Amino acid sequence: MSLIVEGLTVEIDGTRVVDGVSFEVPSGGRVGIIGESGSGKSLTALAIMGLLPDGAVARGSIRWEGRELVGLSERERAPIRGREMAMIFQEPQTALNPIRRVGAQIVEAARIHHGLRGHRAAQLATELARDVGLPSPETIVSAYPHQLSGGQRQRVGIAAALAGQPSLIVADEPTTALDVTVQKGILDLLAGLVAGRDASLLFITHDLAVLAQIATHALVLDSGSVVESGEVDRLLSAPEHPVTRGLLRDAKATLWRPEGSS
Amino acid sequence: MSALARLWRIPLGRSALIVVAVIAATALVSLFWTPFDPRRADAYSAWAPPGWPHLLGTDGTGRDILSLIMAGARITVTVAIGAGLVATVIGVALAALGALTARPVRESVAVFVDILIAFPVLLIAMMIAAVWGGSLWVVIWSVGVGYGVNIARVARIELRRVNRADFVLAAQASGLTRSQILTRHLLPNAAPVFIVQLSWSMAAAVLAEAGLSYLGFGAPVTQPSWGLLLSEVQDYITVHPTSVLWPGIAITLTVLALNLLGDALREATDPTLSRGRRAQTHTPEVIA
Repeated sequence: MSLIVEGLTVEIDGTRVVDGVSFEVPSGGRVGIIGESGSGKSLTALAIMGLLPDGAVARGSIRWEGRELVGLSERERAPIRGREMAMIFQEPQTALNPIRRVGAQIVEAARIHHGLRGHRAAQLATELARDVGLPSPETIVSAYPHQLSGGQRQRVGIAAALAGQPSLIVADEPTTALDVTVQKGILDLLAGLVAGRDASLLFITHDLAVLAQIATHALVLDSGSVVESGEVDRLLSAPEHPVTRGLLRDAKATLWRPEGSS
Repeated sequence: MSALARLWRIPLGRSALIVVAVIAATALVSLFWTPFDPRRADAYSAWAPPGWPHLLGTDGTGRDILSLIMAGARITVTVAIGAGLVATVIGVALAALGALTARPVRESVAVFVDILIAFPVLLIAMMIAAVWGGSLWVVIWSVGVGYGVNIARVARIELRRVNRADFVLAAQASGLTRSQILTRHLLPNAAPVFIVQLSWSMAAAVLAEAGLSYLGFGAPVTQPSWGLLLSEVQDYITVHPTSVLWPGIAITLTVLALNLLGDALREATDPTLSRGRRAQTHTPEVIA
């Protein structure tokens, strides 16, 4: 149950935006990809899910449980998505369909892949809503996304990712759009759920402070290439590359910014 | 709450729905019963004023106007539904092709739609009617195709907008295929646009049918139609003004009701726009 990425390259209209990225997410592992915006971290995640935008081409190798994913057709991809690997998105505001009830969106993957319908689907929706800590799970499943707060919506997104019982969860900046107080709750929840389900986690972020809370290993991306990788503890205590040091400085700045300075 | 229940709470929507329902019911009832035979001429009661037994009066050949209008509702309803169906099918198909396919395909579809839009619907309907004879089918197909491409043009942009939304990517990440995403996410989200356009197309179809019949290119003269009735009695407008009033009111009311229904439906089908009780059942916000 491991993901092995080797020499992954993504080109958009001839421009290389991800250049030879290699890493491994072992079974049950929690790996982070960190970098500034434009470093290619989101495209790496999308390439793994096979969700690259029109005009973007992935090359290299993405092996999932021994299967090569690069070059698979949409038809071959669809059964893998949601069931074997699922994704959590950055913007809980827009990642949910505004006109469908929360419960239906939570169980979508189970509906598609495990044929869950009717009463059993409703039961699973409530169960997952409870697992992700949504208030009054029995009634919230029949609410619409606009009736929920940002944090609640992200919990719905997490529940939806879990519905198909995937063994890999790709989270693309799932806490960036949330308040700092809400972030901590979501990160703890995600860590707990991933551990409880023996799933692996690939966590994308630009914030080393967030990364420190969720991942054990990480790779630092800059302009599409890996500049440093290793254990998160080591990256925090002894960063080698200037980009990593910059990220560490940013993370510290958010913690200890003195009053009045900019 | 269903969209219909929400529609009912919008005052204009409720009135429009009632008017449309009354017209549809009238068309149904006229199949079995009208106060008089709408085709029976009675020279002795020509130009009877509104009263008993001719509630809306009679025309120059003594036909009962109420019966004519009731029977005319059949054609109106048939054309509105027929042209609406044709327009929807064409609109959805062309919009989906023009929004979601590979670039060369969708761009040629867009050009094709633009070319079709350039054709004047009524003129083409008249040409077809002049060559092959007028019939309801000519009206239904010409209006259906004519407004279908209009729906396609507006809905294509809407589908492309919805297709860029994150939840479509999320649905793809959940393992939905393109066709599942189209039916479960894209079309329902674009539905308000389709519904408004459809409602307007039906109104336009009613108007086009009345216009074509008025000009003599619509349904054959043996079939009662509001437009035909209007053209028959208009010569006598100075002598018998009320006789012109009734078909005019029927046409105006139907077109107005369909237009208002479209607006109300747009509001009712969008849960984020709805007001009132739903807002009070808001789930309590907690720190997540």
